[in-house]
Amino acid sequence: MQLGAEILIESLRKENVRVIFGYPGGAALKIFDALKDAADIRTILVRHEQGAAHAANGYARASGKVGVCMATSGPGATNLVTGIATAYMDSIPIVAITGQVATSMVGTDAFQEVDITGITDPIVKHNYLVQEAGDILRIIKEAFYIAQSGRPGPVLIDIPQDVTAAMAENIDCKKVDLRGYKPNITGHIRQIKQVIELIEKAERPLICAGGGMNSARATEELLYMAENAGIPVTTTMMGRGSISQDHPLALGMLGTYGLAAANMAVQACDLFIALGMRFGDRVTGATAKFAPHAKIVHIDIDAAEIGKNMRVDVPLVGDLKVVLGQLNKRLQSKENLSWRTEIAEIKAKYRAKKMEAEAEEEISVADVIENLNKGLTNDCIVTTDVGQHQIWAAQKIKTNLPGKFISSGGLGTMGYGIPAAVGAQVACPDCNVYVITGDGSFQMGMPELGTALEQGLPLKIVLINNQTLGMVKQLQDHYCQGRYSSTEFSKSPDFHHLALAFGALSLRVAKRQELAAKMEEFVQHRGMAIMEVVVPARENVYPIVLAGSGLDEMVGT
Amino acid sequence: MRCWGGGKVKHTLAVLVENRPGVLSHVAGLFSRRGYNIESLAVGETDDPSVSRITLVVEGDAKIIEQVSKQLNKQVEVIKVNDITEEETVDRQLLLLKVNADIAVRQEIMQIVEIFRCRIVDIGRRSLIVEATGDDAKIQAIIKSLQSFGIMELVRTGRVSIVRGQK
Repeated sequence: MQLGAEILIESLRKENVRVIFGYPGGAALKIFDALKDAADIRTILVRHEQGAAHAANGYARASGKVGVCMATSGPGATNLVTGIATAYMDSIPIVAITGQVATSMVGTDAFQEVDITGITDPIVKHNYLVQEAGDILRIIKEAFYIAQSGRPGPVLIDIPQDVTAAMAENIDCKKVDLRGYKPNITGHIRQIKQVIELIEKAERPLICAGGGMNSARATEELLYMAENAGIPVTTTMMGRGSISQDHPLALGMLGTYGLAAANMAVQACDLFIALGMRFGDRVTGATAKFAPHAKIVHIDIDAAEIGKNMRVDVPLVGDLKVVLGQLNKRLQSKENLSWRTEIAEIKAKYRAKKMEAEAEEEISVADVIENLNKGLTNDCIVTTDVGQHQIWAAQKIKTNLPGKFISSGGLGTMGYGIPAAVGAQVACPDCNVYVITGDGSFQMGMPELGTALEQGLPLKIVLINNQTLGMVKQLQDHYCQGRYSSTEFSKSPDFHHLALAFGALSLRVAKRQELAAKMEEFVQHRGMAIMEVVVPARENVYPIVLAGSGLDEMVGT
Repeated sequence: MRCWGGGKVKHTLAVLVENRPGVLSHVAGLFSRRGYNIESLAVGETDDPSVSRITLVVEGDAKIIEQVSKQLNKQVEVIKVNDITEEETVDRQLLLLKVNADIAVRQEIMQIVEIFRCRIVDIGRRSLIVEATGDDAKIQAIIKSLQSFGIMELVRTGRVSIVRGQK
């Protein structure tokens, strides 16, 4: 016989959990008590539960493993919610464990009681309310299996206090058997043949790699297909890292904030091959105008994505690594020379433009990214927050491998960057982890600097300060005739002293001439460092595809 | 496959699910999120007590119903989803209806009950309770026939449907 909380720890150990991001509380007392004795599991105390969920997310994306976060009942659990939704939208495998009031108290509005399984129903892949300590091992096993198989996603396990305190037999369960959950792995042969036929016939094929490419870790298969069949590759924001930015076939990010060349290629192609993407509205612009000359092949592990947002000519359900393998085996070598020349011309025509400086010393965000790129090596990880800085980073930052560009794509969660970097740094202690953030997002994610300080994590934070909520301000430029409502900070904290308060090296740059040298010092610093770069508020992200427009109808190319 | 088009149609979905708490609200939630009203719902254990069958009727755009069916299929506790709208089915619902029945009209009501082959299951001093099973059309017809006597209370189950065997 064993205590429920001990069975829980034992079960986590069986799933090779080495790190838990958590925050304790009354209903989770027994669990944290049991964790105290688990020397092989590192419990990282965060400063806010939302940070725990984001850190688990960053950990999962950097390591390719399941991230685990833990919180108490009530407010602890609800604070996880934004983080769970963030992981759900980006299909990131995390397991969230919450304490719950005792089973006898459930439903009585007890202190710190909240129906967290009810609340999270629409934003988890699956959730559990544990009724018996004897079920814990099976549930943990199922939860980890569900979180990381098929289309990955978050799973929540809510465990009442009395269940963690009850004694039970630790019954081993050998295999997960869920009759309602059988992900399709292998692509259907008839559709495989149809796709091959389309690729062979196409004169202007284009691959679009989405977040599914990163979860399937099928970079090699993608590269082989692109090179062998002469197909250019664009990526979504979540698909960043599935092909090197420097690859001659790479077009960069497409979408309403995508690179002009990528968008023009979409509108010109005659075959659009979607790999592990969901045709989100930030990718397609007006769906009716999307890729007007193209047949569309949609390959995804989630059948529910196919036909959800976009017309599809050939659907193909399966695991990308397997399906691309199946396709590569049958694909003939092809050059598509005239199309590739056309692509090269498109790329040359649409070079990124920089803001025109009003004063010589004024810094454009493009300067910041360019300078940071010089310091990046292939193993560096870059997380971002959400806003204009995120788009600039997604367009231009040189991270070339899967799991190295970590950003909240689907939900667009401000305050994600710093905690996600905490998770990524814990997963990859030997990598340099950078955060690109803005003055708005920084103030949302700031509490986790305390975690970084305590854990000795040498995060490198680039704080791009334009004294506004830039992205919303830009939307107000486009849609509200430039009436800025609640987007300008008339006062901000002294970021220099804030950085010092968290024990970080603090650098501040306001002149372009000083940027290179300060960046060098920043990149070379061994501990945590925060570099505030002051930029003018007037710089906007371009090109942009406004509401109702097609991808070729960009503003500001 | 072009998944566009289609107007509003009444769809009957047969959903096999794990017989566990919370599953029904999960299934219903997927429809309510889209602003779709479930018109009829029947849940019960199947021959396998660990499996329940939900039969639900919902009106909506064909494309969206297909999407919701796929979303349903994704749920871990959902074992199978069948859209049986186009199938040859036997449909039944149960009606219990308490109707005003003074001595003067009692005979007439009993004749109607006879014609529709339903049953009287309770006799009160001024009322009768009529039990009827049948498809939607029959149930509607019975209600209409008894309306003029004054219906005191009416309760009906959701529709259950089963696909006919091969002929």
